[in-house]
Amino acid sequence: MVKINGEHVNAAGQSVSQYLASTACNPIRIVIELNGEILPREKYDTTVLADGDQLEIISFMGGG
Amino acid sequence: MSLNLSNNIPSEEEMLCVLRQRHGEARQEKISAATVAVCGLGGLGSNIAVSLARAGIGKLILIDFDRVDVSNLHRQQYKASQVGISKTEALAENLQEIAPYLTLETHNIRVTELNALSLIQPADIICEAFDNAAAKAMLTNMVLTKMPEKYLVAASGMAGFGSANEIRTRRVSERFYLCGDGVSDVEDGIGLVSSRVMLCAAHQAHTVLRILTGEVE
Repeated sequence: MVKINGEHVNAAGQSVSQYLASTACNPIRIVIELNGEILPREKYDTTVLADGDQLEIISFMGGG
Repeated sequence: MSLNLSNNIPSEEEMLCVLRQRHGEARQEKISAATVAVCGLGGLGSNIAVSLARAGIGKLILIDFDRVDVSNLHRQQYKASQVGISKTEALAENLQEIAPYLTLETHNIRVTELNALSLIQPADIICEAFDNAAAKAMLTNMVLTKMPEKYLVAASGMAGFGSANEIRTRRVSERFYLCGDGVSDVEDGIGLVSSRVMLCAAHQAHTVLRILTGEVE
């Protein structure tokens, strides 16, 4: 299980890009922390989620 | 920037003295020595800049590509007489009237992945103050991955008439602070309301001052 924004999700084995595609997240509007470190965008395709990983996805809202 | 000072404005020493009395001498020294980049000079950025200028910040780097529009006047720190001129020029004028001894650097340019690093390199703290969600995410990703020594104070979610108390500051990681309610989005058709945008800008400006003076969340 992967902990994503505080919830346990059965996403181990998927790349970050594959997981994002299964959600409503728009990859160009987000910042991702994986196990406390910012994950650069160019690594979304190649980073595979593993059991015990903690993922935090911050989606930016428009307006300012 | 050249100063256009009338005869009866207070001296630099007088203004600094008042700030030292209110903030404390040691804290004011840190604020006065700091350089802050404000990326986007809309409802967030123009209000952040005014707050920091009043607090006696040493230098502001102001970046925006846009011109003042009538639709900006309800929430941004511009005057009706400034419609049509660049936001960098208009805000610099207004800040010089408020804080004549503040050092300003202006860039009338759109921030992109190519120019962001060189534009904000001189700053100690970067304020993300764009309105576009993709631009917010671009700058945040860039600063956090390419400039790990910088502090970033970003904003997400401040549209609408929701409670003022939903606007908050969260320390996401050691050098990354995020202000806002995190959920309200102008793309859902919610309008921007001056007081709530100003609240979010005040959270950002206050976070900058707290970082500079060693207060932590």
